[in-house]
Amino acid sequence: MSNNSLVSISDYSKEEILAILDSAAEFEANPNRKTLDGNVIATLFFEPSTRTRLSFETAVIRLGGSIIGFSDAATSSSSKGETLNDTIHMVSCYADAIVMRHPLEGAARYASEVSPVPIINAGDGANQHPSQTLLDLYSILKTQKTLENLNICLVGDLKYGRTVHSLIMAMSHFNPTFKFIAPDELKMPDEYKVFCRKNNILYTESCELHDNFNDADIFYMTRVQKERFQDLMEYERVKNVYTLKNEMLVNSKPNLKILHPLPRVNEIDPDVDSNEKAYYFQQAQNGLYVRQAIVSKVLAPKLTNGTEEKS
Amino acid sequence: MEKELKVAALRNGTVIDHIPADKLYKVVYILHLDVCEHQITIGNNLESAKVGKKGIIKISDRAFAEDETNKIALIAPNAKINIIRDFQVVEKRPLTLPDEIKEIVQCANPVCITNNQPVSTRFHVLNLDDEVILKCHYCEREVKRDNVKIK
Repeated sequence: MSNNSLVSISDYSKEEILAILDSAAEFEANPNRKTLDGNVIATLFFEPSTRTRLSFETAVIRLGGSIIGFSDAATSSSSKGETLNDTIHMVSCYADAIVMRHPLEGAARYASEVSPVPIINAGDGANQHPSQTLLDLYSILKTQKTLENLNICLVGDLKYGRTVHSLIMAMSHFNPTFKFIAPDELKMPDEYKVFCRKNNILYTESCELHDNFNDADIFYMTRVQKERFQDLMEYERVKNVYTLKNEMLVNSKPNLKILHPLPRVNEIDPDVDSNEKAYYFQQAQNGLYVRQAIVSKVLAPKLTNGTEEKS
Repeated sequence: MEKELKVAALRNGTVIDHIPADKLYKVVYILHLDVCEHQITIGNNLESAKVGKKGIIKISDRAFAEDETNKIALIAPNAKINIIRDFQVVEKRPLTLPDEIKEIVQCANPVCITNNQPVSTRFHVLNLDDEVILKCHYCEREVKRDNVKIK
């Protein structure tokens, strides 16, 4: 078992989170390095996620590492009934680290327990997606110059949206104030509100979206994901409830930035794209630098040992 | 007045007493007493000053391992377990919930890895606001004690 895996954002302390963000800033200044020269990274995508996979693969290639893997379970041995345990053991014979996305929740934690090489969780069902959380933090830090004492407005699907849940956990180190805006069917689950109260984090809730976020520093919009609904009637009913339009931003703070994990469907009107407060495309680009920092961190013990052997 | 014994005394074995009446058959089920070949006496809806109506189970010539009695702590935390030898109570085993519970509980999340692949379940026992909550080690789903599903 490798204990250098990244499965959940709660695996990292405040200091480790800040170190990743520092490291990401260095990669942004100089993204092309050869620090992973000779290393092989496996990207095992048991369910497709083109955006996340390309981001991780670009991060590895820009660091001089090589990629093996698959982008869809249909083309892998799991379609023949191989267990995750066996796939991980097989792949760890070839790769120095494994980036994995799996539809089953807890798959990455389990893989980290049976794998001899580090696992990076690129999403396990609706559970955890820590590299998304770290790139969200990086985007917040980069645009606000601090993570401390910010007003953060979380909007959209707060019930099923794992990115907002992880963001609450991660921001809890930095004294935030939250505003949760969601339709009744998709409001923030109690366990996260209990978490806020226990950590003395102030929050308010609303089920309407107009211009009621004028004190916000960050407006974090999420998509109402069709695949999270068992009842498609309910999906049709709520999917168009929230659309952010340019006119809602007239009285917002000058430092406000609009974030979105993407892909966007119709929850942000295209007329917002030209507003300088829109930050979602730069946010996606920040993901590259953050993933370079993550891959470098999980492989750091191996890279350090390799240097010692050579000297 | 002579105390009337509603359930026959046991020479050797295990007595599980003060089980809430509505939990009795769950205890029978999780200890697999339905397929136990020892002599078993089961009483239910007996009057109890402590729990209103209680159940009691007496199993002759049988001892239980601690991980088996842990299962009882999950659903009937105030049950009393007495080990009997020669009509005497030789051990009162306290029921304590461990910090971690392996295998005996099934995760409530249908898309948890433990419900879809050969992976043993593992739960962390948390006390939140005087409420016992089990958190799946893998999918991180939390479930209240009353809703726990025993395998």
